[in-house]
Amino acid sequence: MTFRVLVRVMPRQGLLDPQGQAVEHALSTLGYPPLESVRVGRAIEIGMEAADAGEAEARARDMCERVLANPVMEDFHLTVEAS
Amino acid sequence: MLRVGVLRFPGINCEEETLRAAERIGADARYIWHRDTTLGGADVVLIPGGFSYGDYLRAGAIARFSPVMAAVRDHAASGGPVLGICNGFQILCEARLLPGALMRNHRLRYVSRPVRCIVEQSATPFTSAFIHGQALELPIAHGDGRYVADSDTLRMLEAEGRVVLRYASDADNPNGAMSNIAGIMNAGGNVVGIMPHPERAADPLVGSTDGAGFFTSIADWHALHQPASQTP
Repeated sequence: MTFRVLVRVMPRQGLLDPQGQAVEHALSTLGYPPLESVRVGRAIEIGMEAADAGEAEARARDMCERVLANPVMEDFHLTVEAS
Repeated sequence: MLRVGVLRFPGINCEEETLRAAERIGADARYIWHRDTTLGGADVVLIPGGFSYGDYLRAGAIARFSPVMAAVRDHAASGGPVLGICNGFQILCEARLLPGALMRNHRLRYVSRPVRCIVEQSATPFTSAFIHGQALELPIAHGDGRYVADSDTLRMLEAEGRVVLRYASDADNPNGAMSNIAGIMNAGGNVVGIMPHPERAADPLVGSTDGAGFFTSIADWHALHQPASQTP
């Protein structure tokens, strides 16, 4: 089966996110009411063949731990769907 | 003779100054291509600055998987000296040869200017020419130089004297680095990473030799460590 894995990589909570702050500032300049928070991360979309969703997720998790995210500064979140 | 290897990844741009700084101390300095699987007999490895692989994904994240990095890892594990400068520091952190990581500068801007730093550890192959507490003015040029690590790692670095180079004050900190950290070393003291560029301040021609000590230290290290049979 073919799966589409969406990897969302976000700066770790508690670490300064200057990009998020800059975007938040821009949004307030545009006149939006005050925002609770804005954070900027990265999205990576991976298409792969796997026996089932579990296998696809396990493989993507391994990729995240080894290269797609740096655990010192980033957390990641996976969404798997059949495509 | 002292042999110095300067790693070359696609996208780096400081390899020539780094090679010349090594030649200036009388070393046989050569480039090592990122696809090489050996260090060609290098005694000391320098990882220069630039933008390896375009800084794609994260600065240093792709270079870490280059074939040559396995040889660098072996060299470091056997106590061989490795200095990462700027992108080289980022690569060493991504390769987990040094703890922590380097994030986007706090003001988001690429900063290229001289900064005041203090040498806080002179017991490394790259800083023995300095005295503890010596002030240097070194060029920096980076967009991702904000050193971060968890609080346990920061405590360990401080307790073990592993902060090699620190921005002279909060006002001198150009990127928001935690504890004003500009450079650190591994537990063995043989792997060092720094954000400033000493190779750009190692020749009177360019107006400063504050960085020259990082290279003359290598010659001193080699004089102490070469086999006894070669000692005059």
